[in-house]
Amino acid sequence: MKSDFITLLFVLMLATFIGLEVIRNVSRLLHTPLMSLTNAISAIAVVGSILLAGKQETTFSTILGTVALAASMTNIVSGFLITDRMLKMFKKREPNKS
Amino acid sequence: MSPDTTNVITQLIYLVSTALFILSLMWMNHPKTARRAIVAGVVAMLLAVGGTLISPEIVTYKWIAAAIVIGFIVGVPLSWVPLTAVPQRTALSHAFGGLAAGLVGVAEYYLWFHELSETGANKFTAFGTGALVAEVLLGFLTFTGSLMAAGKLQEWIPTRPITYRGQNLLNFALLAIALGAGVWLVNYPTHWLLFPIIVILSLAFGVLLIIPIGGADMPTVIALLNSYAGLSAVAMGFVLDNKLLIAAGALDGSSGLILSIVMCRAMNRSFTNVLFGAFGQVQAKSHAVETRTAKSATAEEAAQIMEVARTVVIIPGYGMAVAQAQHRVRELYDRLTKRGIEVKFAIHPVAGRMPGHMNVLLAEAEIPYDQLIEMDDINPEMGEADVALVLGANDVVNPAARHDTSSPIYGMPIIDADKAKTVMVIKRSMNPGFAGIENELFFGDNTLMLFGDAKAMLGELVKQLGENNG
Repeated sequence: MKSDFITLLFVLMLATFIGLEVIRNVSRLLHTPLMSLTNAISAIAVVGSILLAGKQETTFSTILGTVALAASMTNIVSGFLITDRMLKMFKKREPNKS
Repeated sequence: MSPDTTNVITQLIYLVSTALFILSLMWMNHPKTARRAIVAGVVAMLLAVGGTLISPEIVTYKWIAAAIVIGFIVGVPLSWVPLTAVPQRTALSHAFGGLAAGLVGVAEYYLWFHELSETGANKFTAFGTGALVAEVLLGFLTFTGSLMAAGKLQEWIPTRPITYRGQNLLNFALLAIALGAGVWLVNYPTHWLLFPIIVILSLAFGVLLIIPIGGADMPTVIALLNSYAGLSAVAMGFVLDNKLLIAAGALDGSSGLILSIVMCRAMNRSFTNVLFGAFGQVQAKSHAVETRTAKSATAEEAAQIMEVARTVVIIPGYGMAVAQAQHRVRELYDRLTKRGIEVKFAIHPVAGRMPGHMNVLLAEAEIPYDQLIEMDDINPEMGEADVALVLGANDVVNPAARHDTSSPIYGMPIIDADKAKTVMVIKRSMNPGFAGIENELFFGDNTLMLFGDAKAMLGELVKQLGENNG
């Protein structure tokens, strides 16, 4: 399934508009967790490194792929874990106090 | 299953994964749904990884398994950092993302090159090569740039801007040469010597771009690097013909873009000014306020004023993070609310070292998030506040931003702390803040300076308010 570059550009354009709309609605309270979440999401580059590390075409590409995969994996793991840790802290005032 | 069927399955999995990523970001719009956002994000990522692992192109899993294990070994401890160190962690994580994109780009270039000389199959379309150049350029400049940012935030590198003559000229020249080499490579993809040149220039450009940027501009810079990390994923998607990469990268890129716009607006500055303006240099001290004296007060006096207040607005800044004083703030909050005093927190968008930094620290101290008020919402109420307690914030409460056209921060939106009936500023000494600008708020008639370490001073206030409770 080879796609022509016009299709890819369309995907980029649409995703950018969705991204801009969605992010604009994110509460300012949550900008730090948002950033660590998008850290984890941008580690989607993991897909490219998995293929490189698994295809084993040349030693060079396998080494680079493995390092890249380890880096992306680190981002995924720490990104999701720390976002979760932060979000757990956001609490509303207890009803008995207000 | 035939490779074609597997490929269709992979693509369908990617489709679901993309939808979940969008949902994940949508659910970040409110703290109530935000936990769900994580679940969606994790599931989306698992699907993406799983869909890739079934790919028929993969011949061995040993390197993949090893790298995943390393990712966990490094990643889990990285998520335990204290919340005051979250900006550094975020910058470091951008560095990893940039590195991954850059390395994949390098590997792909040599694979394509190899394939061309072995089998004659030419993958070097103008679009593909151009995307490859973009991926490597963005990836490596994000890598070194983010490392520099992390170093500044950790204070391993001086946080003040490092400037020299012809700096911007040199930066532009480097970028221009890198882009020129890229264009050349698109036209002559087999001129392989150009490739390492682009890599080295991108690495150098990343370093040089960040060193002139001061600590107070880090929120914008981190957001911008976030955007670059996303864009390098987009470029990788173009290289690998992968729509999931493009979509997820674009979501990320737009997130970073919006955050940096929010940050720039909150400082009334443009992107170019943040990147090339070297803000926060030691300013020429031309202000004529030195002769004025500030009034200082003790914790006891301050506590007496707070006791009779109806509303207290606390304005935190980076100093609170440095002093790790957020838990003491919570104690003060408790003491005051117990006395029926309303306590609110006024959050300036650029307070701290990354977007939303103060909110996370206060949430850690279990301050209810509905007490954290954004600048634009709190400012109309500032005139009603009996006490404004400025805690480790400086430039974001400097009234000069409103009227002093000669001030470097003129035009920056500020929290109107000076409009409160009494202003209290907890500060170590009269030294000017990060940007080296004198703050006239400290000399105001209704301002009391509480000199001391933020944590110790808050502890003292808490003690006073406790004792007088009778």
